[in-house]
Parts: sequence; C-alpha cells; structure tokens
Amino acid sequence: MKKILSAVALSALFAAPVAQAADEVNIYSFRQAFLIKPLLEAFTEETGIKANVVFSKKGLLERIEHEGKNSPADVLLTSDIGPLYDAVEKGLLQPIESDLLNDNIPAKYRSTDGQWYGLTSRSRIIYASKDRVKEGEITSYEDLADPKWKGRICTRSGKHTYNLSLIGSMVAEHGEAEAQQWLAAVKDNLARRPQGNDRAQVKAVKQGECDLALGNSYYFGKMITNDKKPEQIEWAQSVNLIFPNQDNRGAHMNISGAGVTKYAPHKDAAIKLIEFLSSEKAQQMYAEVNFEFPVREGTPRSELINKYMGEFKEDGINLQRVAELRSTAAKMVDKVGFDN
Amino acid sequence: MNARLNAEINTNISNPTGLWRWFGSTWLVALLVALPVLSVFYLALFPKENIWSHLAETVLPVYVITTLELMIGVGALAVATGVVTAWLVTMCRFPGKKYFEWALMLPFAVPAYVIAYVYTDLLEYAGPVQTALREFFGWQTARDYWFPEIRSLAGAILMLAFVLYPYVYLLVRASFLEQSNSLRDASRLLGCSPLQSFLRISLPIARPAVAVGLALVSMETINDFGTVDFFAVKSMSAGIYDTWLNMGNLGGSAQIASLMMFFVVTLILLERLARARQKQFNSSDRFKAIDTYKLTGWKAAFAWTVCALPILLGFLIPVFILGGYAIQHLDQLEQEDFLTYAGNSFFLSATAALITILIALLLAYSKRLYRYKSLTAAANFASLGYAMPGAVLAIGVIIPLAAFDNVVDDFMRSTFDISTGLLLSGTTFAIIFAYSVRFLAVSTGAVESSLNKITPTMDMASRSLGLNPLQTLMRVHLPLIKGGIVSAGLVVFVDCMKELPATLILRPFNYDTLATFVYQFASDEMLEECSLAALLIVAVGIIPVILLTRTITSTREES
Repeated sequence: MKKILSAVALSALFAAPVAQAADEVNIYSFRQAFLIKPLLEAFTEETGIKANVVFSKKGLLERIEHEGKNSPADVLLTSDIGPLYDAVEKGLLQPIESDLLNDNIPAKYRSTDGQWYGLTSRSRIIYASKDRVKEGEITSYEDLADPKWKGRICTRSGKHTYNLSLIGSMVAEHGEAEAQQWLAAVKDNLARRPQGNDRAQVKAVKQGECDLALGNSYYFGKMITNDKKPEQIEWAQSVNLIFPNQDNRGAHMNISGAGVTKYAPHKDAAIKLIEFLSSEKAQQMYAEVNFEFPVREGTPRSELINKYMGEFKEDGINLQRVAELRSTAAKMVDKVGFDN
Repeated sequence: MNARLNAEINTNISNPTGLWRWFGSTWLVALLVALPVLSVFYLALFPKENIWSHLAETVLPVYVITTLELMIGVGALAVATGVVTAWLVTMCRFPGKKYFEWALMLPFAVPAYVIAYVYTDLLEYAGPVQTALREFFGWQTARDYWFPEIRSLAGAILMLAFVLYPYVYLLVRASFLEQSNSLRDASRLLGCSPLQSFLRISLPIARPAVAVGLALVSMETINDFGTVDFFAVKSMSAGIYDTWLNMGNLGGSAQIASLMMFFVVTLILLERLARARQKQFNSSDRFKAIDTYKLTGWKAAFAWTVCALPILLGFLIPVFILGGYAIQHLDQLEQEDFLTYAGNSFFLSATAALITILIALLLAYSKRLYRYKSLTAAANFASLGYAMPGAVLAIGVIIPLAAFDNVVDDFMRSTFDISTGLLLSGTTFAIIFAYSVRFLAVSTGAVESSLNKITPTMDMASRSLGLNPLQTLMRVHLPLIKGGIVSAGLVVFVDCMKELPATLILRPFNYDTLATFVYQFASDEMLEECSLAALLIVAVGIIPVILLTRTITSTREES
C-alpha cells in the first residue's frame, strides 16, 4: 500500500495541472492539433496569450460537464455544428457580447444569443466523374435517388456527422417520411458499403469503382495541392465539382466553430481568441491552409478555391435546426440499413 | 484438501486484526478500481430515451451477429496460431527455433489500428499489390477482376488476430514450459503419437492458459473501435459510439456497454466453472530440461513456415511499410518533439504497469490467505474494467475524479477560503488511473496463476518458522513468482503504450503520447505523416516484448 501511495504521490508531482496564469487560454478542441497550430501560434504572437490545447473527437463535452465550475476549459473548438449544439443543450457555454464578432460573422453562422460562433464554412458537394457523368446530369441532392445512378454512388458512413447534417437538412426540407424514402433510394444506388473518409470516395471515382461521390468541399483543395502524394492530384483532376440545388435552396453548408465555456477562467482571453480567429488574418489562413470558406464577409476565398469553385448559392437553413435533427437522421440511417 | 490446509494455517496463526487489515485493504482497492465501471452503470440508469426499441427494430441483429462473428473469428484464429506456434517452439527443435521463441511476440508491439491502416494502404485498389496485378494482367478497372475487400469483416478479423494471438502464445508457451516430461513420456509409452500426446495430454493441461488468453483476446476484440470503425464493420462498439455521439444518448450507450460487459463476464465465468475442479501445482521435475522432438526435412520446413508466417504478417510487413514512409518524413525528427512524446508514453505505461502489479499482488495474495468467496468476488469485480470500451471507461474515470476534486474544492473554499481547483482531473493521474482500471485484469490473471502454482505447504513452512503473511509474501512468494510478475508487468506496459481512447480524452493540456500523435493524423487517413511515430510505438514496445520472452524461457532450460 505504501508503495502505491508513494507512486501516486510521485505521479501527481509529474502531473501538475496547467497553472492558471492570466495570459493564457485553454482550448478543448474537436479539431486536430496540427490543423489549428499555425493559427494559435499567430494568436500568441499577436496577443502574447499562450494557447493550451487538448484535442479529442469525443468525451470533451462530458469532461467540461463533470469538471463543472472548476473546469479549466475556456474555449470549445469544434469541426462541426453538432458538438456546439450539444454543448448549448447541456448548458456548457455562456453567451458573450462582442461587436467585433457580430460584425465579422454573418448572422446565419452564429447563434442568436452569442453562445457559439462559426469560424469557417464548408459545403457538402457532389464529386462527379469527368469521364462518366455528363455536365448537368446531376444538379441536386434529390437527384442522387434517381435509379439511373444504381451502383454508381460512393460515400463514407451514413453515421458520419457530415452525412448526418446533410440528411438532417433533407428532413428539414422535405419532412421525415420523404427524406427516409430518399435515403433508402440513395442506399439502393450505392456502389459499395459506405466506408473510408471523404477523400477515399473521390479516389474510388478516379479508380472507376463509382461515378459520384459525396464529400466536403475543402478536401478538393487538399487533394489538388498535395505535392507529397501526387496521386491525390490525379484523383482531384478526375472529378467535376457540383454544388447541388443551385436552382432552389442552395448547397448544404456546415461550419467549424467555437464557443466560450460557462465557467471559463480566462473569459477575456477566450473572447480575444475567438475574435482573432474571425479576423482578416486568421480567416485568410483558414482559407489558404485548409481550403475552408472564410465566414467573414469580405475575406476572399483562396485563389485556388475561386478557380475551381467560383460563386455558388448556400442553403440558408438554420444550422441549429440541422444539428437538432442529427438524432433523427442517425435513426433513419439505421432504419434504411444505409451502412449495412 | 488445499482449502482445508489454508483454513488451518489461518485459523491457527492469523489474528483477527490481520484478517481485517487484508480484508479491508483488498476491498478498498477493489472498490477504487471499480469506481469507473460503477460510474458507467450509474450513467446507464439515465438514458435520454429508450434506445432498445429502435435498436431492436433496426440494427441490433446486425450488431450482435457481426460482434459474434468477429469474436469467434479472431478467437479461433488467435488460439490456433498461438497454440500451434507455442507448441512448435517449446516441444520441437528445428532451425531458427531460438529466434522464433521471441520473434513470435513481436506483433504484440504493433497497435491494431496501425496494422489496419497499413494493410489498407497495401491491399486497396490503388495499393501496390492490386496495381501490380493490374499491370501484369492488363486489367483496366475494378470491374475487370475480383480481389478480396480488405475493409470487411474478414479483414478486421485478420488484422485483430495478427496482433492479438501473442496473448495466447505467451500464456500457452509458459504453460507448456511448466509441464512435466513424465506425463508426456507415459502417454508416448502407452502408444500415443506425438500429435495424440499433444491433443490428449499437453493441450488439456494448458487449457487454463488457453482460456485466459482467449478471454483477453475476446475482450480486446469486443472493445476495439479503431479497426472496426476504419473497416466500417458494424459491431456493438459502433452502436455504442453512435448512440452516444450521434443520438446524444450517453446513458443509452452506457447500457449497451454494460450489457456487453455482462456477456463477456458470463462467458469467462462459465469457462471457469467448467474447470473449477482442476488444480495443478508445479511438478517436481519442472527444472529438468524438456525432452523435445527433433524435426528434420519437410517437417522442419513446415514448422519453420508456420512460425514465420505470423511474424511476417503481424510484424515484418507493417514495419517495412511504415519504415518506407518514415524515411520520407525524417524531417519530423527535427520538427516534432518525439523524445517528449516517447517519454510521456513510457512514463504513463511504466507507472501504470507498476501500479497494476501492486494491486494484482494485493488482490491475489489476500485471496490466497483467506479463501473467502467475497475476496474472490472483490478481485473479479476489480477486473471488470477490461471488458469495457476505452472511451466509455474514460467517461467513467472523469465522473468520480471530477466529483472528488469538486468536493475537496468546495470544502477548502468554505473552510479555508482557498480554491484547490481540479487536483486529479486533467492530470496524468487520470490517465494512469484509467490504464490501471483497464488493464488490471491482465496482471491479476498472471499474478494469480503464478501464485496458485506455489504449493500451500510453502506457506505453512514459512509461517510455522515465524514469518507473518507479509514477510512470507516478500521472502518466499515474490522470489518464486518473480518471472510471472515481470511478464505481467511487461504485458500491461505494452498494452498501455498502445492505448488510445482514454489517453485522448483524459490527457492534460498540450500533452501528447506517441499514440495520440499517431491518431491525429491516422484519424484523417494520413498514415504517412504519422508513420515515424507509429514505428516508435513499435520500437518502444519491442524491448519489453523481448525481455518478456527471455524471462519465460529462463524459467526452464531446454535440451
């Protein structure tokens, strides 16, 4: 027992928690550290505030919840509207007031009460084979259900949060029954069991396994500039980018975003960080490095994005509604056996 | 017989205070270790909505059948590989045997999620194998030929079996090494062929070892998420995460996890029940060299191939491919602080290994001292954490630690007006605690089985010579079970090196281990960027793996 105790004491010594100094900000992040590292370094350089990060794709909300008022987390950073919505539901975030944020971020990409702010946007688009799909042959998400695509569509798991958001937006648009019919019809058109990430779907199009793939828009930028893996440039070159539903509601959008936690010990620094991330400089970095769309009006998209994607119409649906429908969408995926 | 002897030792020599000291500390530690599992049970009481009607109507049959297929497939393959190779390197002599003895453990150092990424890169359509086939046969597209899909149930079974069979190999080999020559000699004299003798004598004696190995393999399999998720295999753990993360129903997913746990535990108990009446102590001739069969010609070639194959598939190919990528990313050595990551991995794993060994010793020894059913129950209870998915267990760790921190903080605030904040949450203590809870089953099993092999007459002799129970443990038992303890510690160490979900969720700010570094790239299917770190995990894991086989072999010289 003594040994156990001394071992515990020893480990506690090694494990001193981050000191609560004034000039730092603590981030619980659903986004990979390597993606946000350049931005945080720029933030520290500009403000002198040190940014500490814990990255995990799950469990962070539960951590904030149970750590309660002593939680060291200041900022919750997510790659999707889902966790932001869940955090609001659980009462883990606090509303903040910032004129700067309200100016920088359009109203549709932030919550009305200031609990969360979108930082970048991306569209879920259709990647269509240049060789096997004629221009104008597919123009909407609804078209994916057309039997002529039988055995020609690839996608990642229906349970992935990006697909759940898209399905949620279909439910919001058409109602549950019709959306379920649509999903079942899309399922019938799949070329293979849903698997892999978005990039893997485009690769499958290049390789002739399927003709249409669903994927987030920024993956195109990541592939077409991938000098380290030139084969990805070939994948990207084999497809046309189709922004669906341009004649009606517009292409489905999602955001990466942030919110300040309810008991943030460094609230001011937290607001400063989010403000920085919405600034011209940070928005440009997001656009250039990760090929996401800046939410800030007036910040140009990366040249590359403009070259391949141009202007397009965005779905104006309330993101909170989409997030709310994720659970319905997840059950729908089970009901039609989408992933089986 | 044994129970009566023990009862006599203790009624005659122990005093009630001693009893309560052992009894109390055992239960206290068992409860502490069981806290995260209890927290998950608690969560299961409050689902957001009833998940079962939805599951039963839709995907539950798929989850259940897939999980069973996965468990049976991995179990059968791991047992077959582990037992056959263990028997060959222990009972036979053939060229290369000395190397195979330790090399067969090497795949243990490779994390399952890493091997899954490697083989996908290798065997998918764009991979070198299919590309070469296409060039050779002149095929144009995927529609021109058939090739097995690596991202499938069969693929997941192979990946998991490749890296999990060493559990069986390790335990069964130790058991073969301890078997007496005389039994085997007798069977041969009575006309058994070497194969018959293996099936009728060696294998039945090794059954407890096979069972323990199989239990470990099954629990690792049922809790795997990385591989099944990557291969889009719909096992129960997919259902757990879906219910939690997509349906926002942590309580519902805790119910699924708890149910799965009971299923595994029932299986283990049934097996134990089936051999409850068997009892073996070390044979008196175990220090004599084993008589081995000398293999020559095609038999030797066959044995060589059977032993080489698992090493090739589970270790050489993945390491070779990772090495190829790593060479292109050597610049990471300057950019990334691998020394710190490796140091963190090492510190966490070594501390957790030490702690699990100490706890396992306490549980197993007090069970030996006082054969109360409740002490056995305490030991079993404390081992439950192994049967729970890592991420769910991590939530179970967060709850009691945060509650403790907040209670202390409230008390200190109200009494002394000082805020102590979070003392344990978000520190490496939380990770080490999670590791200990998760892997205690591994060390308890090993320590207990080594202790059980020491005949109770040893205890009686020592106690009648005036040593108290603790002195007996330190001076008599520990030296005798040193090998078992070291190997249990090393297994836990390697397991901790590979552990991912709990480390991710519980870690402090700006804290990376090799595994978390690998994950942030691998989760985005960027294997090349993390190949160097993945190789480091394997490299750090190899050292204990080789030590492990040394300690086991050194228990008995062979002829």
